Parts: sequence; structure tokens; C-alpha cells
Amino acid sequence: MSRKLKEQIIEKVLAFCALVTILTTIGIVLILLVEAVGFFQEVSIVDFLTGTEWTPLFADKSYGILPLISGTLLTTFIAIAVALPIGLTIAVYLNEYAPRKLQKVVKPLLEVLAVVPTVVYGFFALMIVTPFLKIFIPDLSGFNALSPGIVMGIMIIPFVSSLSEDALDAVPDSLRQASYGMGSTKFQTAFRVLVPAASSGIVVSVILAISRAIGETMIVAIAAGQNPQFTFDPTVPIETITAYIVQVSSGDVPQGTIAYKTIFAAGITLFVLTFILNNISYWIKSRYQEKYE
Amino acid sequence: MNRAQKNRLKDKVFKGLGITATFLGIVILAIFIGFILYQGMERISWEFVMSLPSRFAEQSGIYTAWMGTVWVLVCTTLISFPLGVGAGIYLEEYGKKNWWNTFLEINISNLAGVPSVIYGLLGLGVFVRMMKMGNSILAGSLTLSLLILPVIIVSTREALRAVPSTIKEASVAMGASKWQTIWHQILPASFGGILTGVILALSRAVGETAPLIVVGALVYVPFAPTSPLDEFTVLPVQIFNWVTRPQQEFVINAAAGIIVLLGITFVMNGIAVYLRNKWQSKMNW
Repeated sequence: MSRKLKEQIIEKVLAFCALVTILTTIGIVLILLVEAVGFFQEVSIVDFLTGTEWTPLFADKSYGILPLISGTLLTTFIAIAVALPIGLTIAVYLNEYAPRKLQKVVKPLLEVLAVVPTVVYGFFALMIVTPFLKIFIPDLSGFNALSPGIVMGIMIIPFVSSLSEDALDAVPDSLRQASYGMGSTKFQTAFRVLVPAASSGIVVSVILAISRAIGETMIVAIAAGQNPQFTFDPTVPIETITAYIVQVSSGDVPQGTIAYKTIFAAGITLFVLTFILNNISYWIKSRYQEKYE
Repeated sequence: MNRAQKNRLKDKVFKGLGITATFLGIVILAIFIGFILYQGMERISWEFVMSLPSRFAEQSGIYTAWMGTVWVLVCTTLISFPLGVGAGIYLEEYGKKNWWNTFLEINISNLAGVPSVIYGLLGLGVFVRMMKMGNSILAGSLTLSLLILPVIIVSTREALRAVPSTIKEASVAMGASKWQTIWHQILPASFGGILTGVILALSRAVGETAPLIVVGALVYVPFAPTSPLDEFTVLPVQIFNWVTRPQQEFVINAAAGIIVLLGITFVMNGIAVYLRNKWQSKMNW
């Protein structure tokens, strides 16, 4: 075989490997669309998007997705309320205050938080955090949004902290020096100069964290209950979109039934939500990244 | 107190806050793991590792679960390693700056953000049903391979980029073809970095639960798999199964299972970090 031909074949094979990623996206979109279209032939899309009852597995069926969305937003909000202040504080501290040596030790340690499998975090939420919170909130139900939300927040701390730190690190040193030159403390420099200057990067880290929290499955499947309620009360059992998909998949729901199709309708809702968030972050990143270059 | 003193005080307070925040997550995780060890350690025994699952918690073991995990890990490696590294090489070495490659890149970063449970739905629709693989190890491995592909591609590209262009230029100047340069120069030089990324991606696959539940791994499997087309369960799914039962004895089983799962995850990450450090010190050109 001629060398040129061999080179060409190799390039084609490698190109095919890259093409698999496109096929994956097409596959995801098609599978979700086909099943969801089947679902929307039986359930009106208006009822789906505005209904406040989600009971596809009961005798008296309703297909309003709002309870699942409220559950998802509630746990996500709690997770971000935990991860954002802690993650940002860590990022500023590591970037501005911590000695180099400490940085080198702490960063990999923080990554351990992201390495622990989510089913393990689910166990923590159900068995440790919920009983602990009950000491302070006696009315807290055994399944609730608060505990998995907090645990999810702990899990995504490293996302927020490492991405925000990268953003702070990218701020040109001249700005920092100018601030010190004016007699500012590190605290003033960090919060009046560096954080505003790195704001687009920090926003990207938060959006990615939100997207991650929306898609998180096992923690909520284990600790939040399987009780879709249209509520923003963090102390009662709820259900998220992801947890619903797991609930149906782990039970015995025959293929082709409408209950079965609901997981694809729920899936496409989830996909659209995270897709929008990921693209906003991509857009911000490409638009503002070169500001200082 | 004047303003300068106030500002200095704020500075000190924040420094304290920073240290607290930095170690907060780590300390909480340490407490969690301590709790797990306290609860589960008593169940860890040779018998627990070698027993089949059972209705009775005390007789239940993780044999089928870890065998399933090993099978899935091997199959996922065989599928995702060549695909991911191949795609990484293509994008980094062959990709030109045109709309198609920009599209490929945006698509990959998008795929990295798709929730894992959605990959489960993809696997269910395509591998389990359309290709009629059923709830098999192969279907699960293919699903996980697609899930970790973006991670492998990104880390492969980073490792390839770290190879200095002088090596490439020297090789081409000696008359080597593009592929000869890649195969004989660039890949050996970047292999440590590529391997690190692949191991990290695989350690993520080992802990994945949701996509495998969706493709049907939450079944009672009374035997260890012997071929890629067998039904299976994996360690995280077995843990999920035990956690969701009301009896306390099963919770202890879950804790013991978690000890084993965390052990596997941490060992894999340890190997990856070790390889990265070794490779980075070698890479000081």
C-alpha cells in the first residue's frame, strides 16, 4: 500500500472518531424528540407546561411538568446558595491570600469533592445531613429538598472555586498593582478590582454550576423523596425531573405506554434547560474572554 | 478606630473566612467518610465480597456487583480509549480552522454539559431497544463510553498540545510523514498525559449510577456475568438499591458497598495523579 493512501485512510479513521461526537448529539436529540412527539400526541403541550399536577403513575393521571420543575429549581437554588459564597470565597482566598505552597496542597484536595460518586453523596444526604438538620428543624420531613440541596452544593464547590480562580488569575497583574499602589488592602483589591474585572468568568462558573445542579440525579433520587409537589417549601418531600426519570426506570413500566413516554418528555425538558445554560456560558466565554488579551 | 484600621480588620476577617471556607468542604467530606467507615466496616469481609445478593441483608454480598463493575470498566475502556484518543488526535493535529471544526468543538463542549441521565435515555433508545442489546453489559458500556468521550477528547488534546512543536518540526524535517510523526514522536511524548485523562474519565464511569439505572441495570442478577451480552448490575446501582430499602441492615450493606466503591475511585484517581506528576516532571523539555 502506498504511503499516501495509508495516510489518507488513517486520517479518515480519526475523522470518524471525531464524528462519533456529532452522531451522539444527533442520537440524543432524535431519541428525545421521537418519544416526546409520541407523548405530545396524547397530552397537550399547554397542559404539560402549565399543569401543576404530575401523576402519570396513578390511576387518575395528570401530566403537568411544573411540580418537577419547581422541585428541580428548588434543589438547584439551595445548592447554588451553598456553593457560590463558599466557592467564590475559596477562589479569592487562594488567588489573593494563600501562600503558593498551600495552594498546591489545597487544590487537589478540593477536587476530591468532585470525584466522590454521586450515589455516595445521596447516602450522606439521607443518612447524615437530614437527621442532623432535624435537630434544628423538627418539622423536617425524612425526605426533603433542603438536605440534598446542601449536599449538592458541597459537591459543586470545586466547580465554582476552580473556574472562578482561573478567571481571577487571568486579570492582568497591572490592575492588582495599581490597586495596591493606591493603598488598598487585599480585601479591597479583591472585591473592588479583581472580582468586577473577572465577573464574566465568574458568571460562567455559576451558570455551569447551575447546569450541573439541574442535571444532578442520584442525590435527589435518594434523599428528596418521590413526591412531585408544586411547592417551594424546602422541608417537604419533592421530586426533580432527573429523579422522576430514575424512579420510572427502576420500576416496572412497560415499553410503549404513555407512562414510559413521560420519561422522554421529562428528559427533553431537562435537555433544553441545560442546553440553553451551557450555550449562554459558551457565548459569554467567547465574547468576553479576550477583553484583556 | 479609623478607616485604615477598619479596612485592615476587614482584611484579617476575610482571611479567616477564606481559610474556613477552603477547609469546610474537605472537613465535611472527612466527617462523612468517617461515618461510612464507622457504619460499614463491620460488614467488610471476604464473605461480603464473594456473596451473591440476597433478600436477607446479612447474607447479601457484592460479588455480582463488583464483577459487573469490572466487566463494564473493561468494555468501556476498550470502546472509549481508541475513540476518544482518535478524536483528540484528529481535532488537535488534523483539524483546520474552519466552520466544521468549530462546530465539532462547540458540540463537544455541549456534550460535556449534558446531564448523565440523558445519556441513559440515549442508551435506552439506541442500544437497548433499536439495536436490541437488552440490559446487557455491552449496552451499558457503550452508553458510558459516549458519556466520558468528551472528557477523554479534551484531556487528549491538552496532552498533545504540551508536546513542543520543535519535536514535530524535527521529525517532519527528517522526512517523516504526518502519521509517522504522530505515531513515533508525538504520541510517545504525550502518552503519560493521555493515560492520566483516560483513567480520570474511567474513574468517573465507575461511579456513574443514573445512566445505568435507565438502561436497566437495576435488576436482580443471581449470577456473575460471563459475556458482554449478559444482564448485569454494578456497584453504585447495588448501593442505590440498598439505600432505598427501609431496613437498617441494608443501610449497613450500602455503607460497606460505599467503602469498596470509594476505595476503587480513590485508587484510580491516585494512579492518575501519580502518572501526571511523573509525566510532568519528564516533560520539562
